[in-house]
Amino acid sequence: MYLRRKSVLKLVCEQALLLALTFMMLYPLLWMIAGSFKDNGTIFTTAHSLIPNRLDFSSYIEGWQGFGGVTFATFFINSTIITLLSTFGSVASSALIAYGFARIRFRWKNVWFVCMMLTMMLPFEIIMVPQYVMFNWFGWVDTYWPLILPTFFGTPFFIFLIMQFIRTLPHEMDEAAKIDGCGKFAIFSRIIVPLIVPAMMTCAIFSFYWRWDDFMGPLLYLNKPQLYPVSLGLKMFSDPDSITNWSALFAMSTLSVIPVFIIFFLFQRYIVEGISTSGLKG
Amino acid sequence: MSLEASSSAAAAQGKRKKKENDNLTGYLFILPFLVGFFALTVFPVVMSLYLSFTNYDMLGTPSWIGFANYERMLMDDPKFVQSVKVTLFYVFTAVPFRLVFALAVALLLARLVVMKGMYRTLLYLPSVIGGSVAVSVMWRQLFGNEGALNSILAKLGLPTVSWLGDPAYAIWTLILLYGWQFGSSMLIFLAGLKNIPASYYEAAEVDGAGAWRRFVRITIPLLTPIILFNVVMQTIQGFMAFTPSYIIFEDGRPLNSTLVYVLYMFQRAFTFFDMGYASAMAWLLLLVIGLFTALIFKSSSYWVHYESEGER
Repeated sequence: MYLRRKSVLKLVCEQALLLALTFMMLYPLLWMIAGSFKDNGTIFTTAHSLIPNRLDFSSYIEGWQGFGGVTFATFFINSTIITLLSTFGSVASSALIAYGFARIRFRWKNVWFVCMMLTMMLPFEIIMVPQYVMFNWFGWVDTYWPLILPTFFGTPFFIFLIMQFIRTLPHEMDEAAKIDGCGKFAIFSRIIVPLIVPAMMTCAIFSFYWRWDDFMGPLLYLNKPQLYPVSLGLKMFSDPDSITNWSALFAMSTLSVIPVFIIFFLFQRYIVEGISTSGLKG
Repeated sequence: MSLEASSSAAAAQGKRKKKENDNLTGYLFILPFLVGFFALTVFPVVMSLYLSFTNYDMLGTPSWIGFANYERMLMDDPKFVQSVKVTLFYVFTAVPFRLVFALAVALLLARLVVMKGMYRTLLYLPSVIGGSVAVSVMWRQLFGNEGALNSILAKLGLPTVSWLGDPAYAIWTLILLYGWQFGSSMLIFLAGLKNIPASYYEAAEVDGAGAWRRFVRITIPLLTPIILFNVVMQTIQGFMAFTPSYIIFEDGRPLNSTLVYVLYMFQRAFTFFDMGYASAMAWLLLLVIGLFTALIFKSSSYWVHYESEGER
């Protein structure tokens, strides 16, 4: 009896602690959402409040107008185009490359594999200057090429993740298909691809996040507001020297993270698995 | 860790079956990688090495100036020195802060029976959107003079603070923002904790080991490979910090107290079009990151505990 009471007390304490922690961690987000409904004149003493003093969507309508005649509709469409194309590019090419590394024997494979792992460690910031100079030569500034094209050459992190997944598949199916006269590409497209869909989903979700949130790429390459994705549009919209309509800013900030939230809650299983496996299994 | 294991696995696969190579097909499959590797990685890296020895403003042709960029950087640029100081302080504060916090929360979650999944999801949420512009914008308002934090302080009767305007505090808002996104590290720690067999703890308990002893003698040693992975990845990420400082503080204000390295590099390159100098900065950063990674791996033989192969 004593033991049980003790464990109940412990359970309550644990829950209370976690509840408080979770509230603290989510407070900034809730505050942002609440801020989108508050009116601009909300006085300082209630600035921390999570309960808006009114509930109307006018700040969303005001914010949606954007700036300089370009509305957030344009930014959202641009973000969608960039995100979809680059996600398709990186997942499709990464699957192809991963299959090559995981299942085909060829000369110097290990050399290229090490190169790929080194690329994974190399941050974009290191090559940002020369890449900019290079794409500038090509006349690609103010186009989406610099943002989309590189993804079609595979993303090392995704290649690695899909490779790990292919390694767990039995070789028997490959061999049966080979006896049936399938070439390597047919084996890949008809047998491997359907089996690695979960891994490709994980990659697609990560790619979606990264591309949707990407700020540095658009900042470097896009100068015309008509071309801005949401991230850059929001940054320009939030310029502290010019903005006075805070609730509209909060409203657009909230809208900009909604697609990410939706994907997260629909597919969180893939994300948790992706992080746990890529970080651990080697 | 994963790199070594994978290449050895690949080697073992090669040994198991001695068959002929399928060079053409293999190279066709990895062709996209090879093209990208040479055109978008090797070429830019080499080009940036060349540019780092030149004076280049994107308009004329690069003119060779030898080590002048490096000399100016190390001898004659107080702003560069400041950016190095800010970045080192940021990395050595924010990375341990995030990892210790992630580990603490993971330990708390690991032993939970009720509503574990819900807490895990909600606590991971900040990481999901943490890199977005929206969060940086929100952070700026949160710590603003008329923001939520000051409002709470005022409510409690405490003096308000100019979080973003005071050089002593500004960098801490960035460190807090980094720590707030502890979710990925937490998930990795959780997965690692799940892999520790319960029998170890039971045996230790039978032998009379208390909770702290079990934590220090079982949990920490068995987690060290994961801690290593986290430290390496987070350190690299820490050195690369850019977006939050750019959005919250624009140019490293107040008094360059938030001028992180990549932000200064970005300014040199895209505000002053000093491409040679920025390339030199990029190369120095690459060397420093390589050095740190090597040091962490080198030191790992002293503190990382790998279980014997039979265990896996």
